[in-house]
Amino acid sequence: MINIALPKGRLGEKVYAMFEKAGFPCPALLENSRKLTFDNEEAGVRYFWVKPSDVAIYVERGAADLGVAGKDILMEYRPEVYELLDLNIGKCRMAVAAPEHFQDNPSRTLRVATKFSRVARDYYASCGRDIDIIHLNGSIEIAPILGLSDVIVDIVETGTTLRENHLEVIETIFPISARLIANKSGFKFKTAQIERLLEEMRKEVEEA
Amino acid sequence: MQIDERVMDSQERIGFLLRTLYAGSGYSRYRMGKFEEYDLYSRNKDFLFSEGVITFTDTNGRLMALKPDVTLSIVKNTRDKAGELQKLYYHENVYRVASAEDGFREMTQVGVECMGDVDGPCVAEVLRLAAESLRACSEEYVLEISHLGLLGAFVDAIASNEKMRDELLQCVVEKNLHGIRRICAANGKSENAAEPLCRLLSLYGTPKSVMPKIRALAEDNGAAEYAEELSQAAAAFAGSEAESRIRIDFSASGDVKYYNGIAFKGFISGIPGSVLSGGQYDRLMRRMGRKDRAIGFAVFMNMLERLKEGGRTDD
Repeated sequence: MINIALPKGRLGEKVYAMFEKAGFPCPALLENSRKLTFDNEEAGVRYFWVKPSDVAIYVERGAADLGVAGKDILMEYRPEVYELLDLNIGKCRMAVAAPEHFQDNPSRTLRVATKFSRVARDYYASCGRDIDIIHLNGSIEIAPILGLSDVIVDIVETGTTLRENHLEVIETIFPISARLIANKSGFKFKTAQIERLLEEMRKEVEEA
Repeated sequence: MQIDERVMDSQERIGFLLRTLYAGSGYSRYRMGKFEEYDLYSRNKDFLFSEGVITFTDTNGRLMALKPDVTLSIVKNTRDKAGELQKLYYHENVYRVASAEDGFREMTQVGVECMGDVDGPCVAEVLRLAAESLRACSEEYVLEISHLGLLGAFVDAIASNEKMRDELLQCVVEKNLHGIRRICAANGKSENAAEPLCRLLSLYGTPKSVMPKIRALAEDNGAAEYAEELSQAAAAFAGSEAESRIRIDFSASGDVKYYNGIAFKGFISGIPGSVLSGGQYDRLMRRMGRKDRAIGFAVFMNMLERLKEGGRTDD
C-alpha cells in the first residue's frame, strides 16, 4: 500500500483527479465524511488530506510515501525528499513586488515582508543586498502600503491583487508548480509500486 | 555476573553489536574528547551534517566546540603511515542542530574509518561492514552505492560554472530529472545536453540489473574507468546473502569537495531517512594536509530509536 498525502483545497482536488485518471481512484475521498484516510486496496493506495504546507513534513518523516507539494514549500523548507515529477499544475511564481514606481535605495537596508523568509534571504544573499526580513503569516500585500516594508516576496498567480493595491512585480525569483515528492526510505522499499504510479502520472502530465 | 541484554534498549544493544562486529574485523577503538578547537569546523563547514556548532571559550582563551562530527577529529589527530592501513572504529556522542525548530541535540554515532593504502579490497571490506551493520539493525535493509567520480564526469560535461554544478548536484540527490533539464535550458544548453545525466540517474536497481547499462553509458561518455570501480565495489556482494539488498543509485551523493569515488547510504524499512552514510574522502584528507587515502561510514544511532527487537519499528 502506498500512502499519499494530498494538499487540502482546489489544488488537491485537481491532483486527485490526475491520480484517478492515472488508474489510482478512491471515490470515497470526495464524499463528505468524517473519515481521515481513504483506501483503495485494489489499486494499492491510501490517500489523506493535509494542510498544503504540511505535505512535505508528512513525506519527509515517512508518514506518507508520496505527496504533492508546491515548489514554493519545497524551496522554503528544503525537506529531504525526492522530487520525482513536475505535475505542471498550480502554476504561479515566487516574485518580489513593490509599490508602483518603487526605486530601491541601496544605501539603506531593504525591508522585505514575506511568508517565505528562507527564499527571501537566499535570493537577496545571491544579489549581495542587505535586507531586514519581516516575517508575516498572511496579507503580505498590505505591508508596503502601510509602510511596514519596502517590498514583499510572495507568490503571484495572476497579479490582480497586486494591481488593485498599486503594487507591481519587479523581479521573478522562480516559477512554481505542484511536484510529486517521495520519502527517500519509502522509495527504496516500495520501488516497483512507486515507479508504476510515477509512470502513469508521467503519462497524465504529458497528455495534459 | 553476566550482562542481561534485556536491560538494554535497542540503541545500546545495536551499539554493542556493531562494536563487536568492528573489533572482530580488526578495527581498533578510537576514543576522543568531547571538545575540539572551533577552527577545525569553521574551516570545513560544508563537511558537517548541519550548520551550527556549540562553542565556548576555554580557560586559556581558546574558542572550543562540542564535537559536531567525528571524522574531522580522527583525520586531525592521526598521522599518515605509509604502506599501512589504519583501521579504527568509534562510538561517540556528537552535538548538532537537528532542525531549526528543535535546536541542538546530542546524537550518538558508531562508525569506522579506514586510512592509508585504501585499495579495491579495502573498499569492498568497508562496504561489506556497512551492509553487516545494517543487518545488525534489521533484516529489511537497503545499501545503495554510487560513484562520485562517475557522477562528476556526467555533471562536469554539462556544467558551465560552479553555480550550475551545485544546482545540478542538488537535483541529483532529489532524483529531480525535470530540474536537471530546466537548469540546462536556463543555461543555454541544447535540449539533449541533459540526457546522459538524466539517463544515469534513472539507472537504479540491483547491480546485476543496472551495471551493464551503466558500463555502456559510461563508455559512451568517457568514464569507463569509474564504472569499472563501481562494478568492482558492487562485486563485493556477488553470491552473498546481502546481494539482493544492494542497489546502485546515483542519488546517494556526498559533497564533492570532500568525497570522491565510492559513496553509499543505508536505509531500514520503516525508518524515514538514511541510518548510515559513508564513502571515500581522499579530498578531505588532502584539504587537511594528509597523503593517505580514506574511507569510512557512520551509523546514526538516534535514527534507530524507534526500532523494535527483530528490526520492526514501534509504529
